[in-house]
Amino acid sequence: MNSVVDFSLHSYRDEVAPEATARPHITVRGLCKSFGGAPVYSDFNLDFPKGRVTCVFGPNGCGKSTLINMIAGLIPYDDGDILFDGKTLQQTTIGYVFQNYREALFPWMRAIDNIKYPLVIKGMSKADCDARVEELIASFDVKFDLNRYPYEFSGGQQQLISIMRALAPHPEVLFLDEPFSALDYEMTLFIREKLQEIFHATGVTMIVVSHDLEEAVYLADHVLLLTKRPTRVADTVSFDAPRPRDIATLSSAAFVQTKARCLDIFQREVRK
Amino acid sequence: MKSTQYPPFVNNSMRVGRSLIGPVALIAVWWIANDSAWVSNKLLPNPFATFGSLWDSLMSGSMTKDLAATLYRTLYAFGLAAVFGIPAGIALGSNDRIYRSIESLVDFFRSTPATAMFPLFLLIFGIGDFAKIAVAGFSAWLVVLFNVAYGVMNSRKTRILAARVMGASKWRVFRDVLFFESLPQTFVGLRMAVSLALVVIIVAEMFIGSMDGMGHRIIDAQQVFDLQQMYASILMTGGVGYGFNLLFIALEKWVVHWAGR
Repeated sequence: MNSVVDFSLHSYRDEVAPEATARPHITVRGLCKSFGGAPVYSDFNLDFPKGRVTCVFGPNGCGKSTLINMIAGLIPYDDGDILFDGKTLQQTTIGYVFQNYREALFPWMRAIDNIKYPLVIKGMSKADCDARVEELIASFDVKFDLNRYPYEFSGGQQQLISIMRALAPHPEVLFLDEPFSALDYEMTLFIREKLQEIFHATGVTMIVVSHDLEEAVYLADHVLLLTKRPTRVADTVSFDAPRPRDIATLSSAAFVQTKARCLDIFQREVRK
Repeated sequence: MKSTQYPPFVNNSMRVGRSLIGPVALIAVWWIANDSAWVSNKLLPNPFATFGSLWDSLMSGSMTKDLAATLYRTLYAFGLAAVFGIPAGIALGSNDRIYRSIESLVDFFRSTPATAMFPLFLLIFGIGDFAKIAVAGFSAWLVVLFNVAYGVMNSRKTRILAARVMGASKWRVFRDVLFFESLPQTFVGLRMAVSLALVVIIVAEMFIGSMDGMGHRIIDAQQVFDLQQMYASILMTGGVGYGFNLLFIALEKWVVHWAGR
């Protein structure tokens, strides 16, 4: 239980094969889901590549969150198979970051106990929990006192605590459901950079639902564009600008082109 | 407009001062009404004589005995209500089917005046102390039950999902999330329950064969037309209810420190 997240200096991305051969991590096959008789997903198939950031983007109400919630096991689906490297959800450790940190953290626990909670559930010893939290604090360079209660922190700090909680048990996949939409712009930038650092350091497979195209492209290796209901994959657009990305990335030609292409596909789908 | 800055102690004493305006005004009106004989002194005694009588009864120990009896019964009834109401409320609130099947029943008994059930409880428990405690406890229990169940049902679904996605079992979700989520509403229920228990105990002490207690004392004073004693006892009983309320609000603030934040 004492394994340490690989926060050493070498980048995960140096080790993985080029994009074309990125192995699928999550496979969705024949997924069906309807709400009140209206199908949202029918016979839906999709692969999420391992060790990549996939941003999910699509029209309002197309079921972006529904998709990742089904994969993460938060809501049931009617039919189909979802496997993680061939394993079921029960056999897989995942992390999930909710849009509304205020409603996702436990306000009756101190921040540090919130972060430890998934470890306590797994039956980890107190010493191991403490060691893991120390490690997270060091790697996130947390300067504020985690012995306070969640409501005593700013929004960005609370979302950072949520992310630390999600990462504590070394998840294979990290799901983030619109993680920035309840944050102000300054905090959005801050958390965005933190996410990049996490990805750089751990190479964890990340799936980010976003309603902001700029943000989606900026973070993504792949932007998954969904159609209106019944939902299909409109297209998958790759963005392979080098990491770490920064402000300059936002004005680079590749970024502008990729964003324009995504927007084009999006608008075509919305007008349909 | 510029707001004037005062040092903290001035601010504090001003706040205390403001909160005293109401009671002082009431006593002033009471005194004027009595002194100028607007209200017959057969109905309204002199306020200072009343407070004097309250002081004397407390000092002589005659009222403390009744006060202790009422407090004992109220807290006993409340204790039963809390011990049986909180687990039952959580169970009720976390199971939609059970809730729906007995919702109307709970509502029915909640709407039934507790006093209407005195005779029934006397039949079951006999003319002892426990009949009073049982009827007060039952009414208070319904209040606790309903509020806790309501608190559980209205808990934030996100937190339950967050615990589940981290791999928490049903029991852990219950213990680590649902219980805490329902606490704010549980405290509302507990506060209402202790007030209701006091009301029912006082009425029971008045009308179903009691040898002590504040209810007994009030009706006794009325029977012998000891107005000062009657008013003094009413004031004391009010003080008990108000005290419970303050105590529970303070307790709630301390335990449910996250409420409203």
